[in-house]
Amino acid sequence: MRRSFLKSHAEDKLLRQFTLALAAMIVVASAHASFAGDVGDPAAVKSEEGKYLDKDGNPTFKVGADGTVDWYTYSGYRRYHSECHVCHGPDGMGSTYAPALRDSLQKMTYEAFLEVVASGRKNVNASQESVMPAFGDNTNVACYMDDLYIYLRARANDAVGRVRPGKREEKPAAYTAAESACMGKPQ
Amino acid sequence: MRKVLLATCLGTMAASAAGVAIANDELSKMAANPKDWVMPAGDYANTRYSKLNQINTGNVGKLQVAWTFSTGVLRGHEGGPLIIGNMMYVHTPFPNKVFAMDLAQDSKIVWKYEPKQDPNVIPVMCCDTVNRGVAYADGKIFLHQADTTLVALDAKTGKEIWTVKNGDPGKGATGTSSPLVVKDKVLIGISGGEFGVQCHMTAYDLKTGKLAWRAYSEGPDDQIMFDPDKTMALGKPVGKDSSIKTWQGDQWKIGGGCTWGWTSYDPELNLVYYGSGNPSTWNPKQRPGDNKWSMTIFARDADTGMAKWVYQMTPHDEWDYDGVNEMILSDQQMNGQNRKLLTHFDRNGLAYTMDRVTGELLVAEKYDPKVNWTTGVDMNKSSPTYGRPKVVDQYSTEKQGEDVNTKGVCPAALGTKDQQPAAYSPDTQLFYVPTNHVCMDYEPFKVNYTAGQPYVGATLSMYPPPGETHMGNFIAWDNKTGKIVWSNKEQFSVWSGALATAGGVVFYGTLEGYLKAVDAKTGKELYKFKTASGIIGNVTTYENNGRQYIAILSGVGGWAGIGLAAGLTDPTAGLGAVGGYAALSNYTALGGSLTVFALPQ
Repeated sequence: MRRSFLKSHAEDKLLRQFTLALAAMIVVASAHASFAGDVGDPAAVKSEEGKYLDKDGNPTFKVGADGTVDWYTYSGYRRYHSECHVCHGPDGMGSTYAPALRDSLQKMTYEAFLEVVASGRKNVNASQESVMPAFGDNTNVACYMDDLYIYLRARANDAVGRVRPGKREEKPAAYTAAESACMGKPQ
Repeated sequence: MRKVLLATCLGTMAASAAGVAIANDELSKMAANPKDWVMPAGDYANTRYSKLNQINTGNVGKLQVAWTFSTGVLRGHEGGPLIIGNMMYVHTPFPNKVFAMDLAQDSKIVWKYEPKQDPNVIPVMCCDTVNRGVAYADGKIFLHQADTTLVALDAKTGKEIWTVKNGDPGKGATGTSSPLVVKDKVLIGISGGEFGVQCHMTAYDLKTGKLAWRAYSEGPDDQIMFDPDKTMALGKPVGKDSSIKTWQGDQWKIGGGCTWGWTSYDPELNLVYYGSGNPSTWNPKQRPGDNKWSMTIFARDADTGMAKWVYQMTPHDEWDYDGVNEMILSDQQMNGQNRKLLTHFDRNGLAYTMDRVTGELLVAEKYDPKVNWTTGVDMNKSSPTYGRPKVVDQYSTEKQGEDVNTKGVCPAALGTKDQQPAAYSPDTQLFYVPTNHVCMDYEPFKVNYTAGQPYVGATLSMYPPPGETHMGNFIAWDNKTGKIVWSNKEQFSVWSGALATAGGVVFYGTLEGYLKAVDAKTGKELYKFKTASGIIGNVTTYENNGRQYIAILSGVGGWAGIGLAAGLTDPTAGLGAVGGYAALSNYTALGGSLTVFALPQ
């Protein structure tokens, strides 16, 4: 599931199945109230078709000595500033009503991130009403889960700053194919 | 207080007896009494002007806080209270509480109303859970809840009289705007432009909540309530299918054009005026055509809803320049003629002066010199592009295309001004306008539509205009010449509605939390006081027991709370990046409260 989220859930139907599975997982997962965990060393140890992975096999960013970022970090920047920033603020910095994800991702594991994005999260009590919707059915988000995670992980580790990434690696061919399938676009 | 209640009761009785016209007369009469503040914009013309003059340029410097009130709600507090006799009605953002307070009893809470709403509506609200205020008429307080429920409350007791649901939050429709009561109807708009809602203006019966008419912003002629031969655009009939022929296929069904701003009314012409918002999605390539009637000023018959005239300000929007800002109605002399004018400060950075009888375009000028996406509006009546803005290719996100980052567009999507309403003083014949001084990079890309999910399709980043460090201005504007008369720099966007008074003083709030008073003629600052939180509310004035009061809601948030809380760009980047880039969170924190000012006794 981890490594090939996009590919293995290329079709909408599969995506729904995934969300259902994830929902089931969350029932179990919600036993532990916190989404915090050991996020591990973000250093990239290998690459699979343009996506970098850390030693635990989790997606991660790669920033070259000249500032060149991997495609996923760049794509995640774009998608974040379309889908997420209206609540979570520019560059993962938070707003007056949603947490700064550059901080959250310092503690939040990849699995927890997927859970929250796909199924949403509620924190409603006397002093606050924070509600995050479920994005599992939204292809504009669900097809780019790893992109978002990798970008925010880069922000959480200060690997990219509060700027639009400049130089970037080319869009991998496998990525293009998987994206088109996931978004239902002609290839 | 009793006297007021009695008067209200009598008013109610009279209204039931005589029916249609009375509620309107009642409100008009009440609005003419400067001691009260009976509708969110002060009057039907949306001038936000008060005849009160106890507080004036000579003594405003001595202003003191008279009393304060915490709403107990943290999120962004837009709008302002209503004052009717001894009663004050204060609203809050979600959960949309209403407090009725008796000013004769040290603002004791007479009743409190808090609706039960599904918190799932919270994330469907694009830009914080704001609410712009309640309306009053016919002994009732009308509240437009976040979940689009319109509820009529007994003004004396807070008991529900009727409720009606105006839209489906499950599909992204929400409520943020203030209702307006006209005659026997309550008019409300709807939000959801970032969720592909087909938005509308809807009128409900004042007594029962029964739907009277609903006019969509886009769709077939019957849905948009246009008469192809009689509805006019720039002096010509709009013709058949004026909306749907400007959309590809069925895209109008998820077309946005939301109506979340302010509505004004001219009782003589019996016309209501309001604007529509952005076409959905923010990616212009995905929706070819003019996308009518998004980004449009509407003049509609208050009784029937039929459109008398329309004017689309930003055809085929490429920057999210919603056209929802208030329409301010004034009667002024222009070129030696008495004109019934409508003045509108649009998000797109142009201020429009129109003849509100006919919809004739008289003036369209930039009210921030940094506006660069257009070179101006074609004012040549015989030109085929008459009334259209001339778009600069460099800043056209349509021309630059998908997956291209169009840089340096001014204004940003926030607009040169957002919903925070301007004020008009008939004494100076000037408009007092809170503005944003922010530019952006905008990169559109393809998105899919899923009902109830965000349908945005563009990446934005925002920053002050190159070489400048302030992100707001508070300006005085001459609507006849289309010129700025004076302009005060503000470190942050001015996100507070202004108030003009017969005392020659203009008031507004700032995002750091200051209530400021300036000289209407010169803009000279005469007074400031830092309130508990940043101000995105609108300044109100009233008189009680012989004293004039100034009231303002604090409580930072709203769209301003998104970008500005974190600061717009890297606080460490660039030389000379002082003040303007600094994060708002270094100046203020959340928390709703009302601060009321008066002169010392």
